[in-house]
Amino acid sequence: MANARLSQEGVVFALAVALFVVFAATLNNFLTAGNLIALVRSVSILGILGLGMGLVVIGRGIDLAMVATMVVSLSWVLSMAQAGTPFDTALVYGALLALAIGLASGILIAYADIPAIFTTLAMGLVMYGSGRAFLFQIDVQNSPAGVDWFDFLGQGTFLGLPMPIVAFAVLAALVALVLMRTRFGRFVYAAGDNALAARITGLPLRPLIVAQYVISALIAFLAGVVMAAAVSGMSTRVYNSTMIYDVLLVVVLGGISLSGGRGSVRNVLVGTLLVGVLLNGMTILDITYTTQNLIKSLILLLAITVDSFINPRDEQTSQQSQGDI
Amino acid sequence: MKFRTILAAGLMALGLAGAAHADDGLDNPSRNPFYDGLKGKRVVFIPLAMGFDLTEGWAAIMRKQAADLGYTLEIRDPNWSTDAGTRALTALIAEKPDLIIAHNPDVQSYARLLKRAMDAGIKVVQLNLESVVPTDSYVGADWSRVGYIEADALVKQCGTGSGKSGKIAIIRGQPTAASDLYELYAYKQTFAKDPAIKIVSEQAAQYDPAKARAIMETVLQQHPDLCGVVGNWDNQDVGAGAAIQAAGKANDVYVVTSGGGNQIGCDNIQKGLLDLIISYDVPLQGNAINQQIAQTLLSPAKAGETKAAYYTPLTLLTKDNIGPRTCWSLDQLK
Repeated sequence: MANARLSQEGVVFALAVALFVVFAATLNNFLTAGNLIALVRSVSILGILGLGMGLVVIGRGIDLAMVATMVVSLSWVLSMAQAGTPFDTALVYGALLALAIGLASGILIAYADIPAIFTTLAMGLVMYGSGRAFLFQIDVQNSPAGVDWFDFLGQGTFLGLPMPIVAFAVLAALVALVLMRTRFGRFVYAAGDNALAARITGLPLRPLIVAQYVISALIAFLAGVVMAAAVSGMSTRVYNSTMIYDVLLVVVLGGISLSGGRGSVRNVLVGTLLVGVLLNGMTILDITYTTQNLIKSLILLLAITVDSFINPRDEQTSQQSQGDI
Repeated sequence: MKFRTILAAGLMALGLAGAAHADDGLDNPSRNPFYDGLKGKRVVFIPLAMGFDLTEGWAAIMRKQAADLGYTLEIRDPNWSTDAGTRALTALIAEKPDLIIAHNPDVQSYARLLKRAMDAGIKVVQLNLESVVPTDSYVGADWSRVGYIEADALVKQCGTGSGKSGKIAIIRGQPTAASDLYELYAYKQTFAKDPAIKIVSEQAAQYDPAKARAIMETVLQQHPDLCGVVGNWDNQDVGAGAAIQAAGKANDVYVVTSGGGNQIGCDNIQKGLLDLIISYDVPLQGNAINQQIAQTLLSPAKAGETKAAYYTPLTLLTKDNIGPRTCWSLDQLK
């Protein structure tokens, strides 16, 4: 390649590899197949959410309602199933709810021109609040017993890989296919890079934005299905955790620029991998909770600093009306 | 003669009158102050959050008595936010209710505010999770004792003479909560006494079963011969149990935890995800807190004048002793 400049993705990938080598050399049993599978498995749900977030961020948006969508739609599904609704029917209702949340966010952002960050932040709160008030009473819902495919999704393996990893891989392939090979995918890049130019060219900009949020909501729903299967339940407390920031971390750390139009599924994979290696290594080292948080934030800071040295803010970034966040 | 007749008649009349009096029963003179003293009082409960087994269970029992005895029970739900809880407490100090029931997220955050509330004349009862400041009373589990019982059970399974590896993983909850700190002390004290016990992991899952599961998967990779797990809360540790079951080691790794004795916990024992739950029995705690509410409201002592504690009884739940009625469900309490 003529352009030898390191991208942020490259930096993060190098960092992940460096960490990986250090852990592999110093920790017993780090480099075993079992541990590596556990490593990827532990971040597969984060990765699935990262795929949805990545798609929206490439289209120059942000979806802070993803975790709320996941938690509320799945908790509703599980509580309906406990109350006797057939599980499949409950899942259809849940998917419809997720679809409605995505539609609502998308329409507000595309047609009412409310900034995505506020719309989705508020949408998350609204959904979580109304879920707690109307859809389910207890904040931890258990999965129904005796649904075979659901148990398989949580506990089963395919070619030796646990199903959550397989689900992550399949979804990653699907999203990559959509982004790279479909007209819709190219439109997302175009709209993310320069929305006005895309519109003048004749792209259906507003429906395109709505579609992005619908897709991210549906991906959040799927992440929820995998999560509920894997931990045999859904805890609404996940909404209060830092998960949505971890999802953003995966996306941004991987190198998808918040100013839109750049990045791909590969970035999400790299970001997820770094977080996975880090979490796994620190658990093996038995580092205390507070120190783990410190290390995580230092690595993020390091990655951002290195990136701003390698890729300084250019003319184009500073001229864009909204800039990056 | 005449005098005697009159006397006899008089005595008979008296006796009759007495008998008649006994038939009407007695007005219990001590009951009125009990009801009058409680009527119209205002009690406010600040839980960690509503919507989970413990707080919903306590609240159901407390609501019943409040409605029965004519005092009001309000719930300010901070929904896991220490910040929101602190704001609620600050507002309450100005509102001056008669009694605050506080469920502390950690030992420090509410401590000063609880003291200020007592200085302002509001009585304070701490429920199941205490802060470093002792208040009018504490009703709840003795976390140190829970910790000792849990640790002893694990030593029995994995310690000297068990013929097992002696490797133990500790799964903490919220590393600053009373339950966590006091239990951890008890674990360390107990495990230090047995040279065969080796603590191989000590990680916090922050009450999240998914996190507990991820931690346990990694620990099992490192220590396939793990012997036991001791955790902070059944709702969280079920995730660790799931990881152990997925690894096919449900019979090799003994999982000890504590919880409120909810049906879901018992189901998880039946499913083989957990082996022993030290239950602090939410219905029992609910009755204890109800009694404490009445007593504190009626007591002539000023706020903060006396400091009492009642450590509620503990029950050990295992596969062998749970039956269909051992555990409770929320519908029973409502």
